Amino acid sequence: MPTPLSASPAAEPLIRARGLVKRFGDFTAVDGIDVEVAPGEAFGFLGPNGAGKSSTMRMIGCVSSPTAGELSILGMDPVRDGARIRARLGVCPQQDNLDVDLTVRENLTTYARYFGLSRREARRRADELLEFVQLADRADSKVEPLSGGMKRRLTIARAMVNEPDLVLLDEPTTGLDPQARHLLWERLFRLKQRGATLVLTTHYMDEAEQLCDRLVVMDGGRIAAEGSPRSLIETYSSPEVVEARFGDAEPAEYAEKLAGIGDRVEALPDRVLVYAADGDAAVAAIHARGLAPSTTLVRRSSLEDVFLHLTGRTLVD
Amino acid sequence: MLTTLLAARLPAVSGARVGAVMGRNVASLRSGPSYWIVLVSGFFEPLLYLLSIGVGVGALIGELRLEDGRVLSYAVFVAPAMLAVSAMTGVLAETTFNFFFKMKYSKTFEAILATPVGPLEVALGELSWAVVRGSFYTAVFIGVMVAMDLVSLGWALAAFPATVLVGFAFGAVGMALSTLMRGWQDFDLLNTGQFALFLFSGTFAPVQAYPLGVEILIQLTPLYHAVELVRGLALGSPGPGLLLNTAYLVAMALAGLLFAARRVERLLCA
Ligand SMILES: Nc1ncnc2c1ncn2[C@@H]1O[C@H](COP(=O)(O)OP(=O)(O)OP(=O)(O)O)[C@@H](O)[C@H]1O
Ligand SMILES: [Mg+2]
Repeated sequence: MPTPLSASPAAEPLIRARGLVKRFGDFTAVDGIDVEVAPGEAFGFLGPNGAGKSSTMRMIGCVSSPTAGELSILGMDPVRDGARIRARLGVCPQQDNLDVDLTVRENLTTYARYFGLSRREARRRADELLEFVQLADRADSKVEPLSGGMKRRLTIARAMVNEPDLVLLDEPTTGLDPQARHLLWERLFRLKQRGATLVLTTHYMDEAEQLCDRLVVMDGGRIAAEGSPRSLIETYSSPEVVEARFGDAEPAEYAEKLAGIGDRVEALPDRVLVYAADGDAAVAAIHARGLAPSTTLVRRSSLEDVFLHLTGRTLVD
Repeated sequence: MLTTLLAARLPAVSGARVGAVMGRNVASLRSGPSYWIVLVSGFFEPLLYLLSIGVGVGALIGELRLEDGRVLSYAVFVAPAMLAVSAMTGVLAETTFNFFFKMKYSKTFEAILATPVGPLEVALGELSWAVVRGSFYTAVFIGVMVAMDLVSLGWALAAFPATVLVGFAFGAVGMALSTLMRGWQDFDLLNTGQFALFLFSGTFAPVQAYPLGVEILIQLTPLYHAVELVRGLALGSPGPGLLLNTAYLVAMALAGLLFAARRVERLLCA
């Protein structure tokens, strides 16, 4: 697995969590997780709604203090050195909180001032970042009329204004159309190439596969699995998947009839999944049993399948 | 002892970061005419009271004899009180309504708190901005008083810093109360309280005119101390009592500010 040079074992981890817990009253949102993120890495938290991703991100961002466990960010203690850590973080929160009273450019320049940058430097970086996220032509517009994708890009530009060592992105592309997502991915990929360490959360498998060197699958506040996208797929799934739909009976019924084909058979409400090393061979085996699915689709296995295997649930409902 | 205790417990405050929070407000001020309307309207209220009651009612009342035997025109008596009220309302517009909106709805503070800026710096920046804004009102108001010959220029200049302190005190407490507001309807309560203070703080009549019980009650409320301080200076008769008034307002400012910062942290850094 190719990892960046800086991620060698000798490098001090940028984030190190041991038994990290976050409780809200009686409710445990994050239930004792262990995480380490190396410099230069792109690390993902993948999980369904309520898994505890944002709660974890807020603790890493030093705006929410851990209820229990150890946490060290950039080698410092978030409770004691919160301001010093935040000075080196770039944060893109789950919900945009751009300043609607200000223009696009002012959103960046005012933000830069919170980090103690001079007016002149703030202006220089704002212009440079607006180019980077392709918003230079909207610099003097207010925020409100921007599209969702543009707002997201502006939020990411704002997170870059202090040239952070660590960028935290909470669901950077949720709610965007495919084109906007691809543009954002491409920008984030460039950020990573410049040496920034990225930590992101997502519900989307393709996003995690595109951007993350390594990720953890979170569910119910715990970590269900950890590894690179490829290694997780190899460990918890098979190379190929057959999605078979049957018009005439419940998928669960057919799942029984398909037992034994491939490595594993999983029934979803609307279709049956057959995990196999060779999808086409599995399709042939289905037909050989005298079964006639209305449609079959052979695809490569994805993190979605890993998640399904680990939790018994689909990720995006 | 107390100061070392405080220093140990309080987070470090950076002037640059407080300034950056103020700078955001300056930038947003430039952004539209609606803000200017709010800004201008806040100024006219005390001025209208000064003209209608100070000058209008003053013409009926004529002269007023104070406890210390001095005799002055009613307008001269009322004008410093209206100045103190102006210092109060000017900041309150910013630290109640606007502060609440930024904290609860527009997520402005949430965005700021992800940076090195901490809750106390947010509170201090917002308060300082409110006082700067309020001081425009009071400066213009003082100009009107001088032009109408209701105060001498020298004592007017002495009263100005007092109005700044009044701004810090009321702004801080208003901000603290805003962090406790559940919704907009709670602001009606605040307005009622503000109006009651406005009527009964020795603004329109010397407090000695009331029964003793009421007089003592009034002397416990904040606007009374603001009016006493500003009037004492504006009338050119500062006595030692002004130190007590000053201490009261300083305590208000500090308590309000620290309470507001605490609440912001509780609400936004859960
Ligand atoms: N401030 C809070 N007070 C009480 N409960 C909270 C608070 N913040 C989060 N929670 C609860 O903690 C759980 C985890 O929430 P969190 O936002 O971390 O999930 P998430 O993985 O980010 O979900 P999503 O994908 O929907 O963003 C949820 O059940 C949520 O209701
Ligand atoms: Mg979330």
